[in-house]
Amino acid sequence: MADGVFDEGIQAGRLAPDAYEAHFSDLHPPLDQHEAIVAADRCYFCHDAPCITACPTDIDIPLFIRQIATGTPDAAAKTILTQNIMGGMCARVCPTEQLCEQACVREEAEGKPVLIGQLQRYATDHLQAQGVHPFTRAEATGKRIAVVGAGPAGLSAAHRLAMLGHDVQVFDARSKAGGLNEYGIATYKTPDGFAQGEVDWLLKIGGIKIETGHALGADLSLASLQADYDAVFLGMGLGGVNALGVEGADKDGVLDAVDFIAELRQAGDVAQVPVGRDVVVIGGGMTAVDAAVQSKLLGALNVTLVYRRGRDAMNASVFEQDLAASKGVRIVTNAAPKAVHGNGAVREIEFDYVDDTMTPTGQTLRLAADQVFKAIGQTLEGETLPDLDGRKIAVDEQGRTSLKGVWAGGDCAAGGDDLTVTAVAEGRDAAMDIHAMLTGS
Amino acid sequence: MADLTTDFLGIKSPNPFWLASAPPTDKEYNVRRAFEAGWGGVVWKTLGSEGPPVVNVNGPRYGVIHGADRRVLGLNNIELITDRDLQTNLDEITRVKADYPDRAMIVSIMVPCEEQAWKDILPKVEATGADGIELNFGCPHGMSERGMGAAVGQVPEYIEMVTRWCKQYYSKPVIVKLTPNITDVRKPAEAARRGGADAVSLINTINSIVSVDLDSMSPHPSIDGKGTHGGYCGPAVKPIALSMVSEIARAPATAGMPISGIGGVTTWRDAAEYITMGCGNVQVCTAAMTYGFKVVQEMISGLSEWMDEKGHTSIQDFMGAAVPNTTDWQYLNLNYVSKAQINQEDCISCGRCYAACEDTSHQAIAMSEDRTFTVIDEECVACNLCVEVCPVENCITMVEMPAGEVDPRTGKVVEDVYSNWTTHPNNPSATAAE
Repeated sequence: MADGVFDEGIQAGRLAPDAYEAHFSDLHPPLDQHEAIVAADRCYFCHDAPCITACPTDIDIPLFIRQIATGTPDAAAKTILTQNIMGGMCARVCPTEQLCEQACVREEAEGKPVLIGQLQRYATDHLQAQGVHPFTRAEATGKRIAVVGAGPAGLSAAHRLAMLGHDVQVFDARSKAGGLNEYGIATYKTPDGFAQGEVDWLLKIGGIKIETGHALGADLSLASLQADYDAVFLGMGLGGVNALGVEGADKDGVLDAVDFIAELRQAGDVAQVPVGRDVVVIGGGMTAVDAAVQSKLLGALNVTLVYRRGRDAMNASVFEQDLAASKGVRIVTNAAPKAVHGNGAVREIEFDYVDDTMTPTGQTLRLAADQVFKAIGQTLEGETLPDLDGRKIAVDEQGRTSLKGVWAGGDCAAGGDDLTVTAVAEGRDAAMDIHAMLTGS
Repeated sequence: MADLTTDFLGIKSPNPFWLASAPPTDKEYNVRRAFEAGWGGVVWKTLGSEGPPVVNVNGPRYGVIHGADRRVLGLNNIELITDRDLQTNLDEITRVKADYPDRAMIVSIMVPCEEQAWKDILPKVEATGADGIELNFGCPHGMSERGMGAAVGQVPEYIEMVTRWCKQYYSKPVIVKLTPNITDVRKPAEAARRGGADAVSLINTINSIVSVDLDSMSPHPSIDGKGTHGGYCGPAVKPIALSMVSEIARAPATAGMPISGIGGVTTWRDAAEYITMGCGNVQVCTAAMTYGFKVVQEMISGLSEWMDEKGHTSIQDFMGAAVPNTTDWQYLNLNYVSKAQINQEDCISCGRCYAACEDTSHQAIAMSEDRTFTVIDEECVACNLCVEVCPVENCITMVEMPAGEVDPRTGKVVEDVYSNWTTHPNNPSATAAE
């Protein structure tokens, strides 16, 4: 153990230099050909398979697995990508244990589902490694569509629209395309520049232009997009972060988990990313786990993830919770933030223990903290948006908003889980509806 | 522990597991290892006439059909008989037999269909002290092009003739090994019996091309871009071999003739099945070539345990026990009615039974919104396909309908009397029931 782990405060380089590479390498090493064929053979090729139903993008899973089993991984990849153009990323980040693999009949039979996620990765990696794009564009329609947000929803919509012959202009506020795939997912889930590689590969369809550094409400107005384009798809995600709303929340060292995750993803050398000795992460979702686990991997000595409800209510999957525990993250539940203490910078954070109705029990918990990450949800940003449903854009089944010619999907739209795969499905389906609307088909 | 000792044609061996005449029995070194591992006997790889030995190809000899995880399901080979000098083989056989007197040592022979050729070799083999000979009338590749092996085994008259020579010039038991590459295996078996054979062994390998390389367009294994058919063996051939064994065991002309069962014996259970079908022992090759000689330990322990469980004290206890229950289709009881039954507690809702029945059979399984699968007795013909495609063992079973109940499919009362096709009204050649 390097000496740096005991040092107080927020600092970089807590670990020996070679530890970082091991800590941030691929969480699930890819299956090799033999492993893939053995894993594929376990698929029963179910009738009307439950895994397909469980997949938000309706990938024909038994078919693609059989294609792997019979030695045609590129055909398998096409089966996947036809439904989900970001099948490569979804294979890495989908909570498969809550989706396809939970539905797998072998989960029911023996508690060991077919490794659907890893097989999907095997197939999509096999195709994408060849640098070829399997789809071609239909004859040009002359229609132009604006897509706001180059994340999973926006890129999925853009790809489908381009494939159908439309010209697509994508705008994104950040300096790189990819959205949460590029900025919002733990480094060990998508190492080696996979997210940008996937974007580059996706754009090979042609007909998609991306302009970065443009945000709705800043230099883009929805009204002008509506005027300039035949249709608009909004997929800009949730740009804002919920406030902690307790005394002392503005102290130094109280940070947004999404920024920390983005910093790690964009860091050329993760060893240069500073982290506290005593880190507290507040929240119960994937973002909280990603921040907590990566704090630990950076060499934080004590990392505590604190969630105000019980374990069962956590949005992070059981797999993610177990991953966090295995990395040494302490998980505390039924504790709600009460106050942040410290003189200028955070030194301690205080929680009320709460019961299931969120009522303080009277007992409290104080944790030493030189760094606090908030992962308590994100909010929609922007003005003059279509009508909202709660805090997100209201959409119908096809992704249509209250504004004519404006569709929305992904995290900024109401309904559906905030998952990459859900965003891809919504982008795709909105694209199909836009196409139908524009071509009268 | 059950007594696994076998007495086959007076040849005793500590267990019924012999190694078949094949690559594993080509040399003293291998055979000694086999005996040390516990094999009850070996059939030494086929000897040819004196003189320059045959040559093998110098490229690949084997091709395989793999299951998942590269499990060997079927093995194809284009190897010929021994390519070693006759005297070397004879000397080795002599030495090994002397050192392992309790094990069966059979010598496989293949020489041209001329009396003199057999007259020449048989005394030499006799001198080794081996317990008997096996006539290789089955090898389907290479040697058959030269008028030996399967080329002899496909002509009953030749079988009878050569067998007779062997009985004339050799004093110990003669086993005739049969080729499956014929239309009716009973004919060569009858010929062997007419020629005086003490036993038949079957099957030899089946003509096969396991695969074609879709790049080179050559059959596999490919020798410089060309392939040829080989002989197929391994687990895949067991059903074919077992059926052929049953035909010989059942046919009046060959019934009671000792049989050495060969073909895909991979576990103790396979061996037990062959023995129930009338075999006095079994011969193994592919299992040993896949897993090594140690595999016999499982065969010995498994057979022994099963026999103890069933109360069989000797191999004789159950030898041929399945033969009386192996019959012609026309004698199957048409009044036996069963229906598939799905155990909902075991069902994992994969729907394979439904797909199989709905698409390819009788539309006798219903699927509900919540993926509950139930048998529709009105449609179920009890074909057993659902049972066989279900990935959960014993989840679907065939349940016999008791006599007196009405079969909802036919509307007829299940009768408690045996009735078969020979007396069925739909049979134009039906004879009146007695």
